[in-house]
Amino acid sequence: MARLNVNPTRMELKRLKARLKTATRGHKLLKDKSDEMIRVFSVKLRENKRLRQEVEEQVSAVFKNFALAGGTTEKEKLLSAFSTPSTTLSVDTGWSSVMGVEVPKLAVSVTKGKHDYPYAFSDMTSEADYSIKAVNGVVEKLLALAEIEKTCRMLASEIEKNKRRVNALEYVMIPQLEETIKYISIKLDENERSNVARMMKVKSMITQE
Amino acid sequence: MKSNLAILGDKESILCFKAAGVDTFGATNDDVASILRRLAKQYKVIFVTDNFAEQTAETIKKFDDQTYPIVITLPSKAGSNGSGLALLKSLSEKALGVDILNKEDK
Repeated sequence: MARLNVNPTRMELKRLKARLKTATRGHKLLKDKSDEMIRVFSVKLRENKRLRQEVEEQVSAVFKNFALAGGTTEKEKLLSAFSTPSTTLSVDTGWSSVMGVEVPKLAVSVTKGKHDYPYAFSDMTSEADYSIKAVNGVVEKLLALAEIEKTCRMLASEIEKNKRRVNALEYVMIPQLEETIKYISIKLDENERSNVARMMKVKSMITQE
Repeated sequence: MKSNLAILGDKESILCFKAAGVDTFGATNDDVASILRRLAKQYKVIFVTDNFAEQTAETIKKFDDQTYPIVITLPSKAGSNGSGLALLKSLSEKALGVDILNKEDK
C-alpha cells in the first residue's frame, strides 16, 4: 500500500493520527449501518416476494374477468361504462426513514361514489361486476406492494453504495494512514538517534581539546 | 399532499382500473418510455404492465435514488412474465451478493 506523500514532521504525524481516528470511527459506524440495512432489507425482501406473488395472482384474475366482460359486451359500451370511475382514489404520500434512507410511505383514502358500479346493471354482464369488485379489492394491495418494492429498491442501492464506502475505508484509507504514520514515526526516531550521535561526537571532540 | 395513481399499459386491458379511480394511459412498445417520463412528473405512483418492463427498465432505474415517483410492474393481461420476481432476485444479488429468495424454496 502506497503511503501518502507528506513531510515527515511532528505536525503531520499529529494530523494523520487524528485522521486515522476519524476514519476508524467512521468505518465502524458505516459497518453498523450496513449490517442494520441488510437486516431490514432481507426482511422486506421476503415480504415483498410474498406480496408480489399475491398481487400478480389477483391482477391476472382481474384482467381475465375483464377480458370476459369485454368479450360479452360491445366495445363502445364497455368503454363508456368504465370511463367514469365510481370511486375516486387519492394517496397521501409521505416518507419514513430506514437508517437514514428516505423510503416512501403511502396512505390511501378511497372515496366511494353513490353506486358501487359505474354503470347500470342492465347495460353490463356480471363479469364486469366481478372485475370491478376485484379491481377495487386489489388496489390497496397494489399500493402496499408499491411501497415495499420501492423501499427494497432504494435499500438495495443504498446498501451497495454503503458497501463501497466501507471497503474504501477498510482497504484503502486506513492502511494508507497507518503506513504513513509508521513511516513518519520511524523517520522521526531516526532523526532523534542521529541527533544524539552527533551530540555525543561533538561532546567528545570538546573534551579532547 | 394528494396525488393520483396512474397505470400504463395496453389500452384495452387496463381500462378496468379506471373504474377504481386509477388514471389509465395506453401505450405501445415505441412510446412507453417517453410516456412514462412524462407521467413521472405528474404522478407519485405509476404501475406499468410487465410486457413493457424491458422498455422501461432504464427509466425506472433512474428513480432508484429518489423517494418518488414509485414505478412498479404488474402482470399484463397475458399473465405475469416473471419480471417482477426477477427484479427481486437481482435486488437481492445486488445488495447481499446472494439470492436469498430462491434458497428458501429448495
